[in-house]
Amino acid sequence: MPIDWLPLADAFTQVDQPYLLEARQMQALSLGVHIPLVCFGVAFPAMVLFMEGLYRRTGNVVYRQIAKRWSKVMLILFAVGVVTGTILSFELGLLWPKFMSEFGEVFGVAFALEGLSFFIEAIFITIYVYGWDRLSDRAHFLVGIPIVISGVTGSFLVISVNGWMNNPTGFDIVNNEVTNVRPLEALFNDYFWHEFFHMYVAGFIVAAFLVAGVYAYAWLKGRRDHYHRAALIVPLTVACIAAPVQLLMGDWAGRSVAEDQPVKLAAFEGLEQTEEGADFNIGGIYYDGENHGGITIPDMLSLLADHDPSATVQGLDSVPESDRPPVAVVRNAFSVMVFIGSGLALLAAIYLLTWFRKARLPRSKWFYRVVVIAGPAAVVALIAGWITTEVGRQPWIVYETMKTTEAVTGAEGIPIGYATLAIVYLGLGSVVFWLLRRLARQPLERELPVEAEVAR
Amino acid sequence: MAVDLTAAVLVLGLVMYSVLGGADYGAGFWDLTAGGARRGARVRGMLKRSMSPVWEANHVWLIFVLVVFWTGFPNAFGPVMETLYVPLFGAAVGIILRGTAFALRGEAATIGEARLLGAAFALSSAIVPFFLGATIGAVASGQVSVPADPDSPFSSWTNSTSLYIGALAVATGAYLAAVFVAADSVRAGLPDMVEAFRRRALGAGVVTGAMAIAGIFIVRDDARDLYDGLTSGLGLAVVIGSAIAGLVTIALVWTRRFGIARFTAAAAVGAILVGLMIALSPDFLPGQMTLDEAAADNATLVALLVAAVIAVAILIPSLGYLYKLVLTGRLDQEFHPIGASDPETRR
Ligand code: HDD
Ligand code: HEM
Ligand code: HEM
Repeated sequence: MPIDWLPLADAFTQVDQPYLLEARQMQALSLGVHIPLVCFGVAFPAMVLFMEGLYRRTGNVVYRQIAKRWSKVMLILFAVGVVTGTILSFELGLLWPKFMSEFGEVFGVAFALEGLSFFIEAIFITIYVYGWDRLSDRAHFLVGIPIVISGVTGSFLVISVNGWMNNPTGFDIVNNEVTNVRPLEALFNDYFWHEFFHMYVAGFIVAAFLVAGVYAYAWLKGRRDHYHRAALIVPLTVACIAAPVQLLMGDWAGRSVAEDQPVKLAAFEGLEQTEEGADFNIGGIYYDGENHGGITIPDMLSLLADHDPSATVQGLDSVPESDRPPVAVVRNAFSVMVFIGSGLALLAAIYLLTWFRKARLPRSKWFYRVVVIAGPAAVVALIAGWITTEVGRQPWIVYETMKTTEAVTGAEGIPIGYATLAIVYLGLGSVVFWLLRRLARQPLERELPVEAEVAR
Repeated sequence: MAVDLTAAVLVLGLVMYSVLGGADYGAGFWDLTAGGARRGARVRGMLKRSMSPVWEANHVWLIFVLVVFWTGFPNAFGPVMETLYVPLFGAAVGIILRGTAFALRGEAATIGEARLLGAAFALSSAIVPFFLGATIGAVASGQVSVPADPDSPFSSWTNSTSLYIGALAVATGAYLAAVFVAADSVRAGLPDMVEAFRRRALGAGVVTGAMAIAGIFIVRDDARDLYDGLTSGLGLAVVIGSAIAGLVTIALVWTRRFGIARFTAAAAVGAILVGLMIALSPDFLPGQMTLDEAAADNATLVALLVAAVIAVAILIPSLGYLYKLVLTGRLDQEFHPIGASDPETRR
């Protein structure tokens, strides 16, 4: 349970900032842009290396061509990931200076090690992509391994910061001062584990379904040669293994939230009063105070939260009005995530069953049409997931310790900053999308001539 | 003790970024001033070639500096961010434009695209060092008050010292880039490029030297205690060291010994930052907050220093391997003039 020092919650002073909402939206925009890219940073290196491994084992040049083309996409997405990640670091200071100056010393070490991980990823991705035809095959493959490892440790550490924000430990507050800092305890907060695994699997789901979607589209267009077949099967298999696992991770996350952030769980379910044997309603849209449509299963929420149908589940009424998160946003984001998550798991089941029972790819065109939209749907689930976590934590920036209104900067000009960033990111997004599409259309031989040169 | 070590780590990160990242920004400056598409094609091609494999790794030092700043000196981080948010946000936007324009420049297929991305890259390459330099200048000349005064968004960094250090950052970036690219041109066996960048290195060296001298008067009038710090004791010694390294570099460039010139040029630029830190200490925000008051809890500083040792232990071999490959040309791209004849045909 988080350290309950609610009476001390007013250790910090309110900042009079008329544009708090715009500051939060600006932070959300920058993270909404960064995180889908980050999924590629987390999951794509493993897939590219797998492809190169296939080439080394079978000697079939097609796998090398795929790995080389994917690595070019990986470098562009990584470069834009680095740039958007840099913006996040600036924004933590520019938008939430009081949060950083009060707690920077508590979670900062995690960011220092995160910076190191992405530094290693930056170095070895450069060598990997520029060294395709310059290093020996063995050296080139070995250079790929640190990329995968540092992608994991990087996201591992950054998630630990977010886990700490939801479950603050490793410090004490004595007469309004943060003291007795224990950085390692803050790094390995017990909220960290479910967030990391849930996000890590989400990274694979998003990256794998997006890549598979590109080749499923080509498949529908009739391009089914060895190249397209291999480039479709590898990511699709990865995605269809990750999707069902995500249900387990999600359940684990749900139970942790039920235990440590009951108010957030109440927001997930739109549960107004604390009650025994709380019902669980699936789907439906939540607005002005209650859930409309959707199916209600009696006692299910208690069963899910504590594996006991008659367990009492804390309702929103357990905290004063000012301490409740915006229920509509959290509830709808949560059901979107769970809905898409279940849909992706169903799609995965169809794919895996077809393979096991008939040892072939599904034949119906509808399957591939769904795979094409599965990627974008996974991105929606990803963003919905983070909105669930971050908006569900409101009004706290550090749960039950510091409120967002006490963390925001007093500076004016936030709307100007927000508008500038939105315009710049719009331009950035369209340029990246347009050029990636052209890279995908370039003829495959473009990857070939150089190998011939080396083979001499 | 831990406070001084953490401050040293912060300045080391700043020096690495000013030298390595600074040179990348300098390449943008020379791209901006390389003339028309046809005339500047070879220069632009050489700039891109010598920079492309390394820019992400150089950029990450900035993240390292930001993280060490907010983890090691959180009490100063808050006021700095709440006062100097205009130049810092300007630098952040510049970094977005620069990183994207550069990452995608290789994909540009038509001359129009190459020039558009090139212009965005070059322009932002001048804006970012200026804004970051102005921020350092503002902190050093005591423009940040505690608690922060968020109502001075512009006056806090438009005093003469801040503007001067911003301009100096752009000039030193150009100076470093010219020396580094001249050395790369020798390795690439392109004599005309060697001459082109040798001329630029000499020009930038003289301009930077003149700015350094002019700076003495600007800082004396605008930030008296910073001036006193820079002109006495260890601060003075480091400033003189920087001047000597600068002169040695010009001599080395003149006699075409670019390999060594790389290091003396880097030393000259790095010494300026070390001099600033020595002049400032024991304060972090002059007259407002000492290093000890700005510093984090001791447990955090120790953890941060351990993390820094781990980082150095892993980074030295990794960066060593990267630079060995780069400097021996193993990762070199083919040399393609950009924007002149048919669009660059990427291999
Ligand atoms: C520093 C660690 C940190 C980490 C790892 C994350 N966030 Fe967060 N997030 C913050 C730190 C933060 C914050 C700066 O502390 C904010 C701003 C105000 C607040 O309440 O928390 C925030 C707010 C915030 C908001 C605005 C919601 C609101 O405040 O009403 C959204 C939608 C997200 N974040 C989304 C994300 C996503 C998609 C992440 C994916 C990795 C993520 N966050 C990780
Ligand atoms: C407020 C939250 C966040 C901040 C401040 C942040 C900060 C950063 C920074 C500074 C970088 C650039 C590092 C470099 O220069 O190489 C970066 C990149 C990266 N971040 Fe984040 N990050 C945040 C959230 C996340 C989360 C939640 C993940 C989880 C997976 C993540 C994963 C990555 C990855 C994988 C990269 C490497 C670049 C890429 O692969 O696209 N980040 N981040
Ligand atoms: C299918 C059933 C799913 C359930 C029951 C579920 C449950 C949850 C819960 C309870 C949280 C909040 C955890 C917290 O606040 O710490 C969460 C967060 C999140 N979810 Fe899901 N989720 C599911 C599917 C998915 C899918 C398919 C994705 C992405 C493709 C996803 C991505 C995320 C992300 C990125 C977060 C925020 C990071 C974190 O807190 O771990 N989830 N999920």
